[in-house]
Amino acid sequence: MTLLDKVNSAQHDPAHGGKVKLVSSVNAINWNRIQDEKDVEVWNRLVNNFWLPEKVPLSNDVQSWNTLTPEEQQLTMRVFTGLTLLDTIQGTVGAISLIPDALTPHEEAVYTNIAFMESVHAKSYSQIFSTLASTPEIDDAFRWSVENPNLQRKAEIVLGYYHGNDPLKRKVASTLLESFLFYSGFYLPMYWSSRAKLTNTADLIRLIIRDEAVHGYYIGYKFQRALEKESPERREEIKNYTFDLLYELYENEVQYTQDLYDEVGLTEDVKKFLHYNANKALMNLGYEAMFPSAVTDVNPAILSALSPNADENHDFFSGSGSSYVIGKAEMTEDEDWDF
Amino acid sequence: MTRLVYFSSVSGNTRRFVEKLGRPADRIPLYARDEPLRVTEPYVLVVPTYGGGNGEGAVPKQVIRFLNDEVNRSLIRGVIGAGNTNFGDAFCLAGDIISAKCRVPHMYKVEVFGTQDDVTIVNEGLDSLWQ
Repeated sequence: MTLLDKVNSAQHDPAHGGKVKLVSSVNAINWNRIQDEKDVEVWNRLVNNFWLPEKVPLSNDVQSWNTLTPEEQQLTMRVFTGLTLLDTIQGTVGAISLIPDALTPHEEAVYTNIAFMESVHAKSYSQIFSTLASTPEIDDAFRWSVENPNLQRKAEIVLGYYHGNDPLKRKVASTLLESFLFYSGFYLPMYWSSRAKLTNTADLIRLIIRDEAVHGYYIGYKFQRALEKESPERREEIKNYTFDLLYELYENEVQYTQDLYDEVGLTEDVKKFLHYNANKALMNLGYEAMFPSAVTDVNPAILSALSPNADENHDFFSGSGSSYVIGKAEMTEDEDWDF
Repeated sequence: MTRLVYFSSVSGNTRRFVEKLGRPADRIPLYARDEPLRVTEPYVLVVPTYGGGNGEGAVPKQVIRFLNDEVNRSLIRGVIGAGNTNFGDAFCLAGDIISAKCRVPHMYKVEVFGTQDDVTIVNEGLDSLWQ
């Protein structure tokens, strides 16, 4: 099955009478009557974060691209087609499938924003391709994405839950996709960026990562609100399901990571990044982190490519706890706080 | 025992981290209609930042309101940020801003509601500072 077949089959899933389920009734949305303030907060955050790939000067990366070996170029193309597939799923099926389960009309509106941004993400990889590579190279990479069994398996697992009838399981699948499955791919542009390569591409990917983080946070939040209303037995069932699904996806993800990164010797480093993000995916869903710190010690260069201030001041307690003199806060004026 | 003051939105991640620390803690009220919080002892502020937006609005309004109270501002001794490295430049940005404005250290940064390791490090750190 090609990528398009999968998306089509999801749209024509017989379980939903040949169509993706739609909300059964709609009232005019009133943004002056808010049931959940998180809807407004996240809507505003997403709108403020809005961006388009055309604004990122990707062509400045052409010279840098030419310094990569053919193997490194091929790896990069493959990673980006893999990410394109996930964004396509999330934009065309994933975010849309959450709309009928929404608890408020504003939540429905937020999902339409999420769905659109996922389509922007999917398109932005094509923008990168057309800037850096030739048409045959692009076609080769897309062919690889159709033929790689572990990538296709990943898509199948998630699409399976989007088709299913359980709203909570859909949210779990969606959060794991947003907060975990993207990261075997996101690793590579952060790696290049840490070596001062493809830095404009990395700027674009950071915008995608930021969006996915907000999406994962929001969908995870809605999951937790819905879960609170369930019986203890049902909560236990969902928890077990979440960890089972994470293991299933993780095993597949390790194989996918090996397919991509064994050749350049980065597999073990990528796996730490996967563990680190799997923990955060679980936390977005309200569960405690699963992977211990011994296997989540992400390469600091990758972390600082991700967030320039990730490790600043991180050692305040261990580094200067005994010598630091506790100061008195300086008076500030009210207007200092007028942000 | 160091007191904590924290802000947590309805998602409750920061509240959850603070509860795991198991120290005396006051929550900054969510709504303007609530009684404002006024502290009487030195404290460390725990504050989250959620998601980008080019830094605008990184410090929650409720926290600004709390720190606009001169007494509250004079008793802050440090700040602990919460967030997600995937927010890029905005990771724990509210903590950075408050640290710069109030001239107190940004002591630690946790992600989401923190791991067990974070709880241990922060508790040991706070204990050693205020023996």
